Amino acid sequence: MAGAFLPSAELTASGRPVLKPGEIECSLLSAVDLLSEDTHTFPNLKSGVVILTTLRLLWIPPESTSYANTCCVIPLSSVQNILSAKKSIKSMFQSPRIRFQVAATPEGVVAENGGSRSLIITLVVRGKTDPDSFLGKFWDAWRGRAWVATGSGLGEGEGSSSGSGSLAVRMPVVGLAGILRKEQEMWESTDKSLQDAFQDLNALMSKAKEMVTLAEKMRSKLLSGSNNQSSGAEDEEMGTKDMQDWLLSVGIVSPVTKESAGALYHQQLSRQLADFIKIPLERAGGMINLIDVYCLFNRARGTELISPDDLLQACSLWEKFDVPVMLRKFDSGVMVIQSKSHSDEEVFARIASLIMKPEALVNGISAGDASRTLGVAPAVAKEYLLAAEVKGLLCRDVSPDGFRFYINLFPELNQEDIYMVKDHSRYSTWTRAVLSR
Amino acid sequence: MQTLGEFKLPHFFNYPPYFTLQPVKDTREKQIQLWKELILEYCRTHKIFVVGLDEDFPLFSNQVIERSLSNEAREAFLSALVSEGRAEWLDKSHRKCLLLWHRIPDWADLMISFVRDNGLEDSVMTVEEIRSGVESRGTELHGMDRTILMRALKHLEHRGKLAIFKGTSADDEGIKFSI
Repeated sequence: MAGAFLPSAELTASGRPVLKPGEIECSLLSAVDLLSEDTHTFPNLKSGVVILTTLRLLWIPPESTSYANTCCVIPLSSVQNILSAKKSIKSMFQSPRIRFQVAATPEGVVAENGGSRSLIITLVVRGKTDPDSFLGKFWDAWRGRAWVATGSGLGEGEGSSSGSGSLAVRMPVVGLAGILRKEQEMWESTDKSLQDAFQDLNALMSKAKEMVTLAEKMRSKLLSGSNNQSSGAEDEEMGTKDMQDWLLSVGIVSPVTKESAGALYHQQLSRQLADFIKIPLERAGGMINLIDVYCLFNRARGTELISPDDLLQACSLWEKFDVPVMLRKFDSGVMVIQSKSHSDEEVFARIASLIMKPEALVNGISAGDASRTLGVAPAVAKEYLLAAEVKGLLCRDVSPDGFRFYINLFPELNQEDIYMVKDHSRYSTWTRAVLSR
Repeated sequence: MQTLGEFKLPHFFNYPPYFTLQPVKDTREKQIQLWKELILEYCRTHKIFVVGLDEDFPLFSNQVIERSLSNEAREAFLSALVSEGRAEWLDKSHRKCLLLWHRIPDWADLMISFVRDNGLEDSVMTVEEIRSGVESRGTELHGMDRTILMRALKHLEHRGKLAIFKGTSADDEGIKFSI
């Protein structure tokens, strides 16, 4: 397929591109065909999603034809020119097209570091999205040259200052031309100070980028460290864990925003959330309260906060995608996010063994007890206990002491002979536990 | 084993969920069955005919585990007995309940065997004599609830086994057996 002509990149399990360090998403377009008019053998890639980042142009195949979690990539560094749209009668009736020229090897394969040939690639925008703003962002991203190392940005600054230096050779202020020249010089000096100001901003931004890189480096170091290190001082381990939590929660470098994703906002948000939630979900024992997810997710996004409604929509969309997580609503109305591999049967088995411990037989268990054993939040533990009650595994005891659950003995009790205690039954185990108290 | 007066309590009387009305259908049905049986057994042992919901009915609370039935639960268990014909509400607000640990026809049969045992087939007795007379001493009829007794007698009257007539005193009625 396209692999012969275009480099491919990895997608996450939920179909979001894996971004490179420092890469930021700029814009999205849906229902876009990618084709090349120059090469006949070039694959015709139909109605995919195009994501523009600061480094690359990604074409993601539509859901129905999942090409084993890969997408096509055109590095912005290989783009040689973006062609302006031809205004003709024909173009008014056609779907809008965006055409650009990329460097390619003699075989017609798109090459990152320049090639002897060039290739015209056309994006046909079939959706109702606005191609002009996309084109604008495409220009911005291409001109932004984010793929060039940060060091070269300074080099450019120096270049411009030396340029203005050559202009600064004093000319005598004579006549009309002199006044004009003076005017010009003033303009240029304001322009320069403005540029300097922006350069400060750029410097700040590049510093911020360094900070992010540093944080990520620390994060990966901590993660690998905790895996290797089997034992250690208790509090030190706790400290590391806290630190890890901290760093993991500042994780999303390029949050999906309404501005960048437009009509695809919820769909992309949904995918990003699915990727993000994997680690917190594992830690929380396979299930997290939706409210907790909302907090975690927004904290990780930092400034681009989402509304509860957006979160709910994003979660509801999971049904349509092949993602490893799902939204679950309990009878009580409590909503949680659960990983699909997480099985209720296993949880019930753990509850069943917990409830048969002598202490639990006599005094029952509370949601707090279950939460400690199952490693989930008390609210979620309570939902599990209620679900186990509905299954007939448990039954409740409501008293001034609180709400507790006991092993359900009712099926073993005999209304024909209320004094009968069958041997080897749970009832007999319970009776012994109570009498030996 | 724990007892309540002369009554022997089953082990599950100390099972706390037994005192909370269970919300799950199957569990609740089983719980109601067990309570119905326990209430009838206890009332039979202690010859209790009327249970008031607002009174301290010993069976409805357990000091050992410090649990007692809510009003809702009490009414649910007694209503289950009523719907099975083993009890009747004595008032519209369902505060008092008449327990029939023997159904009315069973009480009538007990009456007939009592009459036969004492050779009273053609005699005349008052209602009070049946409840508290020398003859009924030691039988289940002794000290029985007047309402239930009257219902059993009416039942027998329908079957032509006796006739009820107004006695000499205003508050008592006479029975003429003809078995």
